[in-house]
This record gives sequence, structure tokens and C-alpha cells, in this order.
Amino acid sequence: MEEMKKAILEYIVEEYLEDDDDEITFDSPLISGGIVDSFSMVSLKRFLETKYSISIPDEKATPEAFDTVDSIATVVNEFVS
Amino acid sequence: MAYSERVRETYQQQLGGIKDAGLFKQERFIHSSQAADIEVEFPSGSALKNVINMCANNYLGLSSHPDVIKAAHEGLDTRGYGMSSVRFICGTQDIHRELENKVTEFLGTEDTILFPSCMDANAGVFEAVLTKDDVMISDRLVHASIIDGIRLCAAEHDTFKHSNMDHLEKKLQLHADKRFKIVITDGVFSMDGDTAKLAEMVSLCEQYDAMLFLDDSHASGFIGKTGRGTHEQCGVVGKIDIITTTFGKALGGASGGCVSGRKELVEMCRQRARPYLFSNTVAPVVVSGVLKVLDILSASTERRDKLETNADYWRKGLTEAGFVLKEGDTPIIPVMLFNAKLAQDVSRDLFDEGIYAIGFFFPVVPQGQARIRTQISAGHERHHLDKALEAFIKVGKKYDILGKTKQEIIAKYGK
Ligand SMILES: Cc1ncc(COP(=O)(O)O)c(C=O)c1O
Repeated sequence: MEEMKKAILEYIVEEYLEDDDDEITFDSPLISGGIVDSFSMVSLKRFLETKYSISIPDEKATPEAFDTVDSIATVVNEFVS
Repeated sequence: MAYSERVRETYQQQLGGIKDAGLFKQERFIHSSQAADIEVEFPSGSALKNVINMCANNYLGLSSHPDVIKAAHEGLDTRGYGMSSVRFICGTQDIHRELENKVTEFLGTEDTILFPSCMDANAGVFEAVLTKDDVMISDRLVHASIIDGIRLCAAEHDTFKHSNMDHLEKKLQLHADKRFKIVITDGVFSMDGDTAKLAEMVSLCEQYDAMLFLDDSHASGFIGKTGRGTHEQCGVVGKIDIITTTFGKALGGASGGCVSGRKELVEMCRQRARPYLFSNTVAPVVVSGVLKVLDILSASTERRDKLETNADYWRKGLTEAGFVLKEGDTPIIPVMLFNAKLAQDVSRDLFDEGIYAIGFFFPVVPQGQARIRTQISAGHERHHLDKALEAFIKVGKKYDILGKTKQEIIAKYGK
């Protein structure tokens, strides 16, 4: 789980943060905090699906469920066997 | 009754929530025509106040230009008030096609199709030309109407960090397996006033075999040496596959928009774009007005030159006064305040000083990036800009933000 969270955090920093943004942690609000807009969330979903060889149904990939690294990892864990 | 108390209360609560969050938008009633000097009733019911308008998209000062009004009158007299039809049934007059041809020539493209608005052009164009085997790769700060168009289209979508060409290149590599790729950007970004790196985008698109889409709503008529737009400024005329733009800003400011570009893509819009097929034709009076605007702009660069001089003067004045601005060289000049309440307070105080400039904050701009967006016009004279600058300095002093850095303003007022 720790490994997974680290990988997700690393992707988010690389994909979404601008140079002058504050650092983020596992429980930083990503979507409600304006770091990831819900429209750009698709690349994150695609990253998770490819990296963990899973398919996350759209109804599970809600802005609420994807709001922190912690909650994203919970969703991903549901689907990795 | 279907509109029960339960339904009503739900909406009332929702509206209450918007008000409590300080996000409730209120209109200000203008009793004059659009110009640098306007007469405003605000708040509703108060006495009329003469103010200087610093937030219109009337970049070239053509919204109330006598020649444009005269041409519109002639259009009204010779072609009537409305067509009561969509384009393909019985809503296409000779002047609609004439305008399409003139826009094509003005923008240096292959063909053009008119839409009721640029919002409609953006909403309809992607669905008309792309399929689920394609990918749309958009800058993260593109206009809301483009986002709607992307949502309506079956093609996959992805985004790249604002104006970040390395990130765009990665995305082009990532989607190498798609049938078609299209890169999507605004020419001038409406909230920040910065300009897309079009020359670099054209080379990347050539390298990775992608089409390029440009929304030039905040550039058509004044960016580039002869005002053709961002593609002229960046030296890539003829290399943009789709340009959308509006007639509702610099080009007369009434309404209407278009898709201009490769002739097959324009033709696909004529066959498939839903806002073109299912919404009424642009009114003859508007078409006649825009035709005149293009004549004026093709005959002389005087207006865009004056706009450039005005914008430089204004940017320099604000910089010397010690405001934090967004970098750029367009007539959109955002004064950064970072805090939403501060932006609203400054806007209100400016209004008391006779200056009309609106505060923008989340969700219109990212959290912690609240600002007053000023927009300069060729309709402004030096005395307008000097008076506005005086007011900005007075209000800036009141809130003690002059000469302060971003960090200092945030420390004082919060994000
Ligand atoms: C970049 C951009 N595209 C499109 C539009 C919509 O233009 P129109 O008013 O013609 O619908 C706007 C206007 O706000 C805009 O700023």
C-alpha cells in the first residue's frame, strides 16, 4: 500500500504540479483543493489502469473518490486481485 | 403543482450556498452603448454613475463605431431583421457566404463556416470531425466552451500543463497509436493574457503527425502586425488546421462565431456540426456589421496599433505603481490579488472611484489566484488610462499592496 501511494503521489506531482506549487502529501485534497481539475483527471485514471492492469468503472472514479492519494489507493486496491 | 415546496427549497438552499460562499454573480445594468465611458446602474435601483470601462472585450473600440452601425442599418434595410431559419433550410443569404469568404481571406485559411457564437463553434466542431479512435490533447487552461465541445465528442481526451511543450510532447508520444491526434489551445488565454507558443506547437504537430486547433477569440483583429491573430504573430499563417473565433469581442462585439481552416474539416462541420444544423442563422444585421469591421481592419492597422500603444502604457503604469501583474504582451492585463474577497473589495472601491473592473476568483480562475482582469481598448484615450491608473493607485494604497510581492500579499490577506 505504501509503495502504491508513493507511485501515485509521484505521478501526480509530475503530471499536475507546476514549479511554484506547494508540496503535497497523501491526504492533500487534490480535486477540491484545485490541484487536479476533474476534467484532467482522465490521465490519472489511465495511469492507474495501465500501471496496475485494472479497469476502474467510471462510477467508481468520482471526484470524491479521487480527492486524495489515500482515497485513490483505496479505490485501486479494490480492483487489484 | 409539479414545482413543489421541496423542489423550490432545494434550489433556494443551493442559491443560498452560492451567496454564502461569496460567489454570487450580480449583473450591473449599463444604460449607454458599449464604450470607454459608460453609464451604469449598480447596485440595481441606484442612480446612474458615469464610469470608465476597463473590462470589455471591445479591444478595437468597434462595438459602437459609426461606420459599423451604419453598415448594420443598411443590412437591416436591405436584408431584413431575421431569417427565421437555420442555415441549410432557408437561412443562408448572399452576405452569409460573403462573410465566410472574407473571414477565410482575413485569417489566411482555406474555408470558413459561421456559427451562432464561438461557444457553439467550439461545442460542435470536435464531434463533427473526430471519432472514438482519435485523441484530443488540450492545454489545461483552454476556454470553458472548448471543454464542453470535448465532452460532447467520442474521441479520447488528455491534457497538458499550461503552455508546457515538454509535457505536450510526452502526450503526443503517449498517444502515438491513435488514428488522429489533435492539439487544442487558445491563442491568447482569456484569464491570464499570455500567448500560446504556436510556432513550437506547429513543429511538434508536424513531428508527431497531429492536427492543431486554435481558439483565437481574444486575438482576432488585433494580435499580429496586421491583426490576423496569434498565428500571424507566431509566423504560422496557413499552418493551423482549425481556427475558431468570435465576432462578439474585437470584431464588432455583437455576436456570432466561426470555424475556419482546412476545407474538408469545414465541410464536415456543414454536414455534421449540431449547433450549425440545429440553431438559427446569424442575423443579417450582424453579418453586415462584421463585413464592415473586416473592411475597416483590412484597410488600416491604425486601431490595433493604438491598442498596442495603450496596452503598453497601461502595463507600464501598473508595473511602476507596484502592482503584481501576470506576464504577457496582450491587452488583457490581470492585476493579481490572490485572495477572492480582496479582489471583490478592490473592484467595489474602484467602482466608487469611477472605474469599472471586475474581480475574478475560483472557480473561474484557480484557487488562490484571484485577480482584477483589466482589458484595454483602442477606444481608450490617454485621459481614461491616466484616470484609471490614479484610481488603482489610490485603492492599492488603501489596501497596502503597492510594491508588495505575491508572498507578502498572501501573507496579509490569505489565499
Ligand atoms: C476563448 C473563448 N472562446 C470562445 C468564447 C465564446 O465566444 P462567444 O461569445 O462568441 O460564444 C469566448 C468568450 O467568452 C472565449 O473567451
